[in-house]
Amino acid sequence: MAITYTSGEQVEVYRFSIPATTLIPLTAVFLQAWLPLRFPFFTIFDLPLLVTIGFATARRSPLAGLLTGSVIGILQDALTHHPIGLYGISKTVVGFGASSLGIKLDVEHAGARFLLTIVFYAVHEVVYFMISRGLVGLRMAWTWPHELLSGVANALLGVLVFMLLDRVKQRT
Amino acid sequence: MDVLGRYRNLIVLVGVLFAQVLGLAVQVRRTTDSEPTRLIRIWAVGAVTPLEKVLVWVQTSTGGVWHNYFYLRGVRAENRNLKQQIERMSLEQVRMSQDADQARRLQALLAFKEQFISRTMAAQVIGSSGSELSRSVYIDKGESDGIKPDMAVITAEGIVGKVLRVYRSTSQVLLIDDQTSGVGAILDKTRLQGILRGTPAGEMVLEKVMSDEAVPAGEMVLTSGGDGIFPKGLLVGRVTKVAPGNELFLNIRVRPAADLSKLEEVLVVTRIDERQAQPDQAGAARAVDILAERLPTVPSKPENAVKADTPGAVAPSNTSSDAKPKAVSPEASAGGGAPAARKTASSPSSSSGSASGTSLGTSAGTSSGNAATATGTPAMKVSPKPVKAAETPKPQPAVEDSPH
Repeated sequence: MAITYTSGEQVEVYRFSIPATTLIPLTAVFLQAWLPLRFPFFTIFDLPLLVTIGFATARRSPLAGLLTGSVIGILQDALTHHPIGLYGISKTVVGFGASSLGIKLDVEHAGARFLLTIVFYAVHEVVYFMISRGLVGLRMAWTWPHELLSGVANALLGVLVFMLLDRVKQRT
Repeated sequence: MDVLGRYRNLIVLVGVLFAQVLGLAVQVRRTTDSEPTRLIRIWAVGAVTPLEKVLVWVQTSTGGVWHNYFYLRGVRAENRNLKQQIERMSLEQVRMSQDADQARRLQALLAFKEQFISRTMAAQVIGSSGSELSRSVYIDKGESDGIKPDMAVITAEGIVGKVLRVYRSTSQVLLIDDQTSGVGAILDKTRLQGILRGTPAGEMVLEKVMSDEAVPAGEMVLTSGGDGIFPKGLLVGRVTKVAPGNELFLNIRVRPAADLSKLEEVLVVTRIDERQAQPDQAGAARAVDILAERLPTVPSKPENAVKADTPGAVAPSNTSSDAKPKAVSPEASAGGGAPAARKTASSPSSSSGSASGTSLGTSAGTSSGNAATATGTPAMKVSPKPVKAAETPKPQPAVEDSPH
């Protein structure tokens, strides 16, 4: 398992072109809305979250990470019927955390990415759970088996998504 | 300045989070249903739904070409089965139309108001919210098609949800299994009323049914009409599990009749009419007459049979006796038990009305059935006296009544 602590000089910082920055999150949100109609099990995945983590860890800039997370989250919120901000806040936190961690850790390997995705999936769910219960008053059911299964499934898909993102990221 | 530079990222994070929490608080304080659609939602829906529409169109087009022109295996057998089904349903329809006629007359006596679906619009489901916790879908009809918030959305199997937000060419439909939805429901046999709500896990629970009531599993759940959105009598689902719940109420789990996870096409109820039976109809039909229809009647003799009774006359008894059972048989086999004489007297108008009513009823619930049967009102004025009808003993109309 290759999670190694690295100094700021050792890690590489990447950037994404404007079309990739715009289209990839949009595509993720679109697929998240469209695929569950054809494959109902797809609702356990959170593609926008995976893209948020992918962008954040590649850019390694907390500012860029939190802004990307908030924009993707708000976009995702806009398609639901819940108040806007539930996904926005959760993904802002995840974007900030992933990029902050990306500075300190080498997350280029599949194993590291797998673990990182599980951790940030859990963070995302906890923040979402707390906000939706505490601020919005939604009834939420926290079921450990479901959350664990979703975490692993998202982590597996995350490894694939990060590999796709590797193809479009550019070295600064 | 140094401190600001050092904690710049953290400050921005707190600022962004604070702004979003503030936005959330403002939204929660307002009632979400009454507020106008936010610009950000319009942008997001405008960015995502056009592509969804294109994909759905491509999918249905290619699927249509495949299913309609290439993949026709089993169509002949299916056609044969469907014909048999139509025959069975036609017989049942005769019985149901009589029941509907009777119910309508009784309703008229009680000055009963009935709701029925008078107009629907077919729509294609193009997308979902993409979240497990927000059970809603998007359809390809919007404001430009006359869709408005709070319209009921149904399928042939059962109800689906209600229109929540309307955009220019799309609409968001809140499904009945969402935790924020509520449907007025009634149990079919026990006639117990409750409120059907979704759970966070995507199940449906019938609330507010007292724990001392007996509710059997498998009982049908229908709309009660009390929510002002769904007309009364539409199928919602079936009871799957009954358990003691919190406080004084039962915990009744309901499985939706429509498959909410695989929606493709739905009907938006764009118009619901409420109609009261005409008072003159109520005056014409007395309760005793209606009950008399249910009693077994002695078939009167046809003219030629009467002639045969007279001495010296040659009675063509074979033809007349043959004709009589033919007239009676469709109704008798359908189990209605109503005299054939009434059927022959009121056949043309009532048959057309009730036939269409039953066929609608199967697709859109009993309310539409009521609507269509109401069109057969002229038949009401025919007094259901067997003697009067026996003056014209024509066996054919009864056969023509069956809507083949």
